[in-house]
Amino acid sequence: MMDRKTENSEYLEQASSPSAEAWEMFKRNHAAMAGLVILFVITIGSIFGPLIYPTDPFDMVWAPFSPPGEEGYLFGTDYLGRDLLAMVIHGARVSLVIGLSAAIVSIFIGVTIGALAGFYRGYIEEILMRVTEFFQVLPTLLFSMVIVALFGASLTMITIAIGIVSWTAVARITRSEFLRIRELEYVMASRASGVSNTKLMFGIILPNALPPIIVQSALMVGSAILFEAGLSFLGLTDPNVVSWGQIIGSNRQYILDASYTVTIPGIAIFVTVLAISLVGDGLNDALNPKLRAR
Amino acid sequence: MKTFGLIVNRLVYAFVLLFAVLVLNFTLMHMAPGDVADTISQSMGGADEELLIEIRKDYGLDQPYYQQLVTYIGKVLRFDLGHSFFFNEPVSKLVLERVPATLLLVITAQILALLLGVVLGVYSARKPNGILSHFVTLFALFGYSAPVFWTGILLLIAFSLQIPLFPVAGMRDVTIEGNFWVHAIDVMKHMVLPVLTLASIFLALYSRLARATMIETLGTDFVRTARAKGLPERQVVYKHALRNSLSPVVTLAGLQFSAVVSGAVLVEAVFSWPGLGTLAFQSIIARDTPTILGILFFSALVVIIGNLLTDLALRFVDPRVGASK
Repeated sequence: MMDRKTENSEYLEQASSPSAEAWEMFKRNHAAMAGLVILFVITIGSIFGPLIYPTDPFDMVWAPFSPPGEEGYLFGTDYLGRDLLAMVIHGARVSLVIGLSAAIVSIFIGVTIGALAGFYRGYIEEILMRVTEFFQVLPTLLFSMVIVALFGASLTMITIAIGIVSWTAVARITRSEFLRIRELEYVMASRASGVSNTKLMFGIILPNALPPIIVQSALMVGSAILFEAGLSFLGLTDPNVVSWGQIIGSNRQYILDASYTVTIPGIAIFVTVLAISLVGDGLNDALNPKLRAR
Repeated sequence: MKTFGLIVNRLVYAFVLLFAVLVLNFTLMHMAPGDVADTISQSMGGADEELLIEIRKDYGLDQPYYQQLVTYIGKVLRFDLGHSFFFNEPVSKLVLERVPATLLLVITAQILALLLGVVLGVYSARKPNGILSHFVTLFALFGYSAPVFWTGILLLIAFSLQIPLFPVAGMRDVTIEGNFWVHAIDVMKHMVLPVLTLASIFLALYSRLARATMIETLGTDFVRTARAKGLPERQVVYKHALRNSLSPVVTLAGLQFSAVVSGAVLVEAVFSWPGLGTLAFQSIIARDTPTILGILFFSALVVIIGNLLTDLALRFVDPRVGASK
C-alpha cells in the first residue's frame, strides 16, 4: 500500500504537463500499447512494403488459386493468378489513406457544426442539430453508395462520400462539450476582456474540448476503414487501385475452391481496425480525468 | 391522450425528414453528370442532338431546377418514383417488393441483438471479473473490428460449405411444396446465418453498454435498499436493477437503426438475400439512378419508422421518459 503511494507521488512529480500525464497513463495500458505497435508496423509496412516486395499486384504471376506457401507465394494467388501478398501490401495503403483522410473530413465537418451549435445556441443550434438528425436518419452506406455511383468511383470521391456521412457523432460530442465549457469562468473572463468570438471558439474553448473529440476521432479512423472496405467489397472502388475490401469482393465467388483469398485480406482489415480500437480505448482511459484520479 | 399527441408530433417530424430526403435525392440526381436522356440514348446505341432535345422535353428536363423538383415531389406523393430502365418496371413496385425481406432481416437482427446483448450484459455485470465478463469484452472488440461482410462469408464457409447445416443463399427454396408452416420453417432456415451475421455487430455494442450500465445500477442506493429489505437476488437484479439499466441500451439501439440498415445492405449482398440491399447492389452496377434513389428514400423510411418504434418502446420501458413534459 505504502509502495503504491510513493510510486504515485513520484510519478506525479515527474509528469509535468497534462499530455505527459496522459502518455504515462496510456503506456500502462498493455492492450493499447500493443495496438499502437501493431498500427506502427502496418503503417511502416504500407509505406515501405512495396519497395521491399516489388511484385505488381496487377501482374498475373502464376496459375490461379495456388494455395498459400506453395510455389513461393506466401499468401497464394487469387482467381486471376495474381500474388495475394502483393495485393494485401498495396491494399494497406488505400485502406489507411482513405481511413485517415475520411476521418479528417468528418472531424472537420463535425467540429465546425458542433462548435457553432454549442457556441451560438438559439436558432443556429436548432437548425444545425436538425441537420445532424437528418444525417443520422440517412442510411449511411446507401447514401455513400449513391454519391459514389453518381459522381464516379475515384479515391477522392470515396473519401468525401465516407466523410460526409460519418460526422454526426463528432458534432454531437463537440456541441455538448462546448455547451459545458462556454459557461466556465475562464471563458467568461476571456469574453469580458473582449476576445473575438472566433478566438473564443477555436482558441479557448476548442483546446479544452479536445480529449473526447480525440477519442472519437481515433475510433472514426477505424470505422472509415471498415466503411471503405464495405464500399469496395460491393465494387464501388477505383478500379486502378487494390484495396482489401475489393480483394474480398472479387474473390468471394470462389470461396469453395480458395477460401484463403477471402480470409487473408479480411484478417488484415480485422487486425488493423482492432489495433485502432485498442488505441482508442487506451486514449479514452488516458484522457478521461475521472479515471485518471483513481 | 399525451401519447397520441406525441405520436402526431413525431409523425409530422417524420414527414419533414422524408421531405428533406426527397429534396436531397433530387438535388443529387440533378447535380450528377449525365441525365435520363443520356441513359436512354446509350441504351439505344446513340442518338443525335435533336433526339436528345426531344427526350429532354418529354421528361421535362428542359425546365428550371425548382420546377422539376416540384414535379418530382408531386409524383412521389402519388407513389410514382419513376421508371427503372434496367428492370423495366416502376421503381415503386420494384422497391416495395423488396421492403418486407429487408424489414424481416433488420428487425429480427435488432431484436436478437438487444435480447441477447442485455442477457449477456446482465450476467457479466453480476460477475465483473468472471469468464463471461471477459468474453463479453473480447466479443465486443471482435464485433466492432470485423467487417460484417467478412463475418458473413466466414459463417457461410463454416456452416454452409464445410458443415452443410444451412442453405447458401436466398430467402426460400422454390422447389419446396407444402402448407404455410413448411414455408415458414424454410424461410427461418435461410434466415439463421444472415441474422446472426447482422446481429453480431450490434450484439457486441449492446452487451458492452448493458454491462456498463448494469454495473453502475447495481452499485446504487436503491439496489442496496432492495437487498436490505431481504428481496431475493433474482428480483433485485431483474425487477429493480434491470428496468433502470434498460433505457440507455434501447436509446442506443434506436440510434443504431441507420447503421443496421447499412449493415443489412452488405449482409444481403453476401447471402443474396432478396431485399433492398441486393436491389441497390444490382441497380448501382447497372447505373439505374431512379431505382437507387427510390431505395434511398425507402430505407430512410425504414430508419424513421424504426426510430419511432424505439421512441415508443422507450416510454414503455422507462415511464420517466416524457413524464416531465
